[in-house]
Amino acid sequence: MKTIGSPKLRGASGARWVIGLPYLWLLVFFALPFLIVLRISFSEMDAVRVADIWSYVDGTLSLKLRLANYLFLGEDDLYIRAYLSSLRFAAMTTAGCLLIGYPFAYFMARSSPRRQPLLMMLVMLPFWTSFLLRVYAWKGLLSEGGWVYGLIRATGLDHLLQALHLIETPGMLMNTPFSLLIGMIYTYLPFMILPLYANLSKMDMRLLEAAADLGASPWVAFWRVTVPLSRAGIVAGSMLVFIPCVGEYVTPELLGGPQSLMIGRVLWDEFFGNNDWPLASAIAVVVILLVLLPMAVFNKVQEQAKGRAS
Amino acid sequence: MTPYLQIDQVVKDFGGGAVAVDGVSIDIERGEIFALLGSSGCGKTTLLRMLAGFEQPTSGRIVLNGQDLAGLPPYARPINIMFQSYALFPHLSVWDNIAFGLRREGCAKDETAQRVEAMLKLVQLEKYARRKPHQLSGGQQQRVALARSLAKRPQLLLLDEPLGALDKKLREETQIELVNIIREVGVTCVMVTHDQEEAMTMASRIAVMSEGRILQVGPPSEIYETPATRFVADFIGNVNLMDGRLSTDEPDHVIIDCADCRHLVGHGITGSVGMPLAVALRPEKILLSRQAQEDTRYNCVQATIQERAYFGAYTVYRLQLASGTLLKVSMANTERHPDEALHIGDGVWAHWPGTAQIVLTR
Repeated sequence: MKTIGSPKLRGASGARWVIGLPYLWLLVFFALPFLIVLRISFSEMDAVRVADIWSYVDGTLSLKLRLANYLFLGEDDLYIRAYLSSLRFAAMTTAGCLLIGYPFAYFMARSSPRRQPLLMMLVMLPFWTSFLLRVYAWKGLLSEGGWVYGLIRATGLDHLLQALHLIETPGMLMNTPFSLLIGMIYTYLPFMILPLYANLSKMDMRLLEAAADLGASPWVAFWRVTVPLSRAGIVAGSMLVFIPCVGEYVTPELLGGPQSLMIGRVLWDEFFGNNDWPLASAIAVVVILLVLLPMAVFNKVQEQAKGRAS
Repeated sequence: MTPYLQIDQVVKDFGGGAVAVDGVSIDIERGEIFALLGSSGCGKTTLLRMLAGFEQPTSGRIVLNGQDLAGLPPYARPINIMFQSYALFPHLSVWDNIAFGLRREGCAKDETAQRVEAMLKLVQLEKYARRKPHQLSGGQQQRVALARSLAKRPQLLLLDEPLGALDKKLREETQIELVNIIREVGVTCVMVTHDQEEAMTMASRIAVMSEGRILQVGPPSEIYETPATRFVADFIGNVNLMDGRLSTDEPDHVIIDCADCRHLVGHGITGSVGMPLAVALRPEKILLSRQAQEDTRYNCVQATIQERAYFGAYTVYRLQLASGTLLKVSMANTERHPDEALHIGDGVWAHWPGTAQIVLTR
């Protein structure tokens, strides 16, 4: 029995290590930096450096938590507007990615197995060029003289965009909510396609045959069977797009223009423009909470759904 | 009168040489349970998929209840299929799975509920209505699949290897239960199976298929007792095949000379002297004894027991004949402790009545 027991025990401690590694990673690269940011958000600027929240004077340990940074976020409506605007742009980007990414992933999953690696390559290919260059390229495409600009002008699409309040005047595409959304959707599309493709390519095609056999036309079968079964992929893709979009800085900075208020730019300004690290940290903490909240709610809903099923 | 389901000269050619279904014609009557039996790749599943509408025939016609099904997509056919793997919708409860088809045809809410409840009762799953498929056992999933395919009251029910995913014990119980439900509903049924036992116990008629063609159609007993060809005789059950020549042709019997023995066959066979024939003999129709019978000229052979396999209800012996060929014999174990047990190495006489042989010309 000893010979059977000992390798099993060794295996268990090995398994503990493997499981422990991601936790260690999270601790070092997420929990600790977050605690540092949290600490700064409760302090104040002391000339050019951040004051410590702890002090030990004359045998007294005092902890000074400055809540003014957080209170200030509520006082100036710039921050609230920036938060709401960020959430709105992130939601619109997610919706846009889903609208383009779902048919694309569906097409990929349904194409012949020999062609799938090629399509996968096409999705990944843009990553081979620097992200910054690709965003800059949109500047050229959307400015006067760029061919996307020409196409939109020629088809009169700019009037539709104006009606949707995505641009202000028909001739101006750059530095508008429209150019910002184009850039963000373009940047984040692969993050939507990949989880959707992974999900859709695993789908059991016999279920579609079963649906057809029971009287569902291809369109009905898509909505009643394919879409509900790909829910996990839709959720994963949406999370991967929505969460980084909320705090996005580079694309709004390059393509967004003044009307496209986003919290990432406000954060940047506070850190490097005003050099107000405590306020900037408070903004960052609230961003994290804003992102964590929908995730927590979602997890809760998932668990409840599972609980109901069993 | 035209048959209820008419499969007329149906061909399916996927290209690339082999023809999956090669000119199959079958007439099936209302209320029949009809089995397509064959090994994998014989074209039975392709034929079933053409009935369901997942494949279109290259040529030929399929007519159901007077309606030509050509060009009708699966969702427009009055036909439902129970898939081999069941293909239950994992995101829907048992209740919603069964209701799926009814909702698609715009069935009123009350009636849908009524019919789903009736189906649940039929397959005895009332208590499991709220469960998801993955929370059910294999047997229960099979019943949900059956209920789902019957809910729309199809004119034709298709079963694709209906019990293939169940283990042996459960399969035997389910065979009878499944037939009872189908008979109760009264639906005409075409099933596909590679399991001859399944086909024999469930079907009223069987079509044996090989390489896209139908070799024989008939009730199970006819397929078993009077197979038309060597292939069918060999495919259904166990058989000893002996090649020989017709040596005597009398009005009431013929004599066939084989390598190890001479067969006297009493039933209506005629032919010309010298023609080559094959004699098929089922193992359970051969008797073994230590002593020779009175007349050792015909229908018996002396042999040595080479192998013996005990199955409980019966024992299978392999006998070595003088020419070196083996003869399979199956003996029912009617006594618990027989006086004279036969052992490996014993010399025995195998004999059979003149009605036991099947004479095959092909």
